[in-house]
Amino acid sequence: MILRHSDRVLVWGITGRQASFWTERMIAAGTKVVGGVNPARAGGVHLGLPVHGDGASAGGVDIALLFVPPAAALGATTDAFAAGARTVVVLTEHIPLHDVMAMHALARRAGGRIVGPNTAGIVTPGEGFAGIMPAFNPRVFQPGSVGVVSRSGSLGTLVCLNLVRAGLGQSAFIGIGGDPLPGTSSAEALAALDADPATRAIVLVGEIGGRMEQEAAILARTLATPVVAFIAGAAAPPDRRMGHAGAIVTGADVGWEAKRAALEAAGVAVAETPAQLPALLRAKL
Amino acid sequence: MNLLEHQGKALLAVAGLAIPRGRLCRNGAQVAAAAAAIGGPVAIKAQVPSGKRGKEGGIRFATGPAAARQAASLLFKSTILSHKVAEVLVEQRLEIRRELYLAVAVDAATKGPVVLLSADGGMDVEAAFCGNPLAVRRESFDIIDGLGDIARDRLVRGLGIDEAALADFVRGMIALWRRHDLELLEVNPLVVLADGSLVAADCKAVVDDAALFRQSDLPKVAWSGTELELRAKELGLNFIELDGNVGVLANGAGLTMTTIDLVALFGGRPANFLEIGGDAYTKGKAALELVLANPRLKSLVVNFCGAYARTDVMAEGIVSAWEELAPSLPVFFSVHGTGEDEAVDLLRRRLGVEPFELMEDAVKAAVEAAR
Repeated sequence: MILRHSDRVLVWGITGRQASFWTERMIAAGTKVVGGVNPARAGGVHLGLPVHGDGASAGGVDIALLFVPPAAALGATTDAFAAGARTVVVLTEHIPLHDVMAMHALARRAGGRIVGPNTAGIVTPGEGFAGIMPAFNPRVFQPGSVGVVSRSGSLGTLVCLNLVRAGLGQSAFIGIGGDPLPGTSSAEALAALDADPATRAIVLVGEIGGRMEQEAAILARTLATPVVAFIAGAAAPPDRRMGHAGAIVTGADVGWEAKRAALEAAGVAVAETPAQLPALLRAKL
Repeated sequence: MNLLEHQGKALLAVAGLAIPRGRLCRNGAQVAAAAAAIGGPVAIKAQVPSGKRGKEGGIRFATGPAAARQAASLLFKSTILSHKVAEVLVEQRLEIRRELYLAVAVDAATKGPVVLLSADGGMDVEAAFCGNPLAVRRESFDIIDGLGDIARDRLVRGLGIDEAALADFVRGMIALWRRHDLELLEVNPLVVLADGSLVAADCKAVVDDAALFRQSDLPKVAWSGTELELRAKELGLNFIELDGNVGVLANGAGLTMTTIDLVALFGGRPANFLEIGGDAYTKGKAALELVLANPRLKSLVVNFCGAYARTDVMAEGIVSAWEELAPSLPVFFSVHGTGEDEAVDLLRRRLGVEPFELMEDAVKAAVEAAR
């Protein structure tokens, strides 16, 4: 789930306005975009890249990037895994829950990975990015040694900006997304960053809802790489839904205090505000 | 979207699953007529979207049309957990031998569906999910393959209940859950009658809002919320009214929650949650109008950190609305990310405002100004 320059990226829905805007920036950032998929425009050329009717026609793909509407996400995921994609990065928000569950079932069958849905994507400064992150903005992203895991694109951007302002660059950004059923969990992203030789410390950006922060805390105890965290939602009223979690059963205390306690008990320093993160990192580096 | 009990039960009935004889009523005369038609003791149940209805006095019992009408008149005047009672369901009162719990839910750990069955009714889905595995049976299944025969047999066997009837309920509820894009379908209690047959005494069905575009045959449920929240919903904005006086306008759920957290951390009280992330980032003007419509507002913090959401587009919406509405409110900005230079230029030129470098400082200034 850490993007490398050699990864072949194929963009589903490439001909759309937003997809075009971001694909151009991905190419400019060094990403190896090999083409796009849009059955209605098969055989055409867009942004100088071939447009295919399906993923298999592209002749090889590592990362599938989905820029498709909610109703088309399940079909595109089926197509992407059939084309041999290892990782499917799903930017789409508001995909029906039953379709998301079917996408996860397909990933299990294919032995592949889904990042998202409703992720802002993945970024490796100096190598490339897949998604809708301002990876081209040098005030937000610089090559470095801090790995960032975030459920939120906007808050993840703010954290990256704070790091660069403090003179710290990023080894990788992994946006796991705001869907109630994320394909890649915080703990899985932490494990990938821990195994990455370029990553010397990790920032976990979480939020209330679900049990991912508690799972990440359990894993953090066993990691060689130090972890610091910020968790959004400390002041959110408990009876109102501010994030995305639906009526999903988790069997865990999903509140802010439980998450903070679990992380701190595991030796993860939890910042009160995002601007405190660089100082917490420096203490660990 | 939570369906009301009678709407959920109508789905069960269409699927061939047994529900009590009953009738939906909107006034006392209808209640009396329904009680007469059903005959014998009846239950009168307020139709409000809340699972705690029973504890709040939302269910009454009566025998005969006059008593039923009198019991209903108390319900029609009442408010249950902030929902005004406009409709009641009048049903035959069941002779209960046993109460079971049966639900089809979504498990975050397996990222797939799970059936929960307990020989004890009266719990909620989280309690059932976390409950003693000896008391609550759990069968996870693959959404593409469905629940297999062996797993279904394992689920229904050995409870001293008609296994074929219980298997029918499990099969029927999974089919409904799947067909209508439900997040949760819960029958609690599933009642065993004296003759051993099964009847759904209550029904909770939660429809996935993201799937409503392909569920047009489902009944519409009036969305509950404050007047401003309803207006926001129509505009496609994610807005929640809170009880403080510091207005918050930000992009993305994570950043907006963080902004609210900082208002509270610095000793202020947030007036609202309002995010214009995702495709809503072009709705800056409508968003500002919503925030300003709150009469308690003393100050406003606008916090943008754009990835997909272009801050120049959001700022243009805010600045135009500000010029038009000309509020006398102090406002504090922090703007970073995609389109930042254009956005900052816009704020300087047209509002004469200098944004704060740190969101922490913008929030502190807004909290200070609201004192």
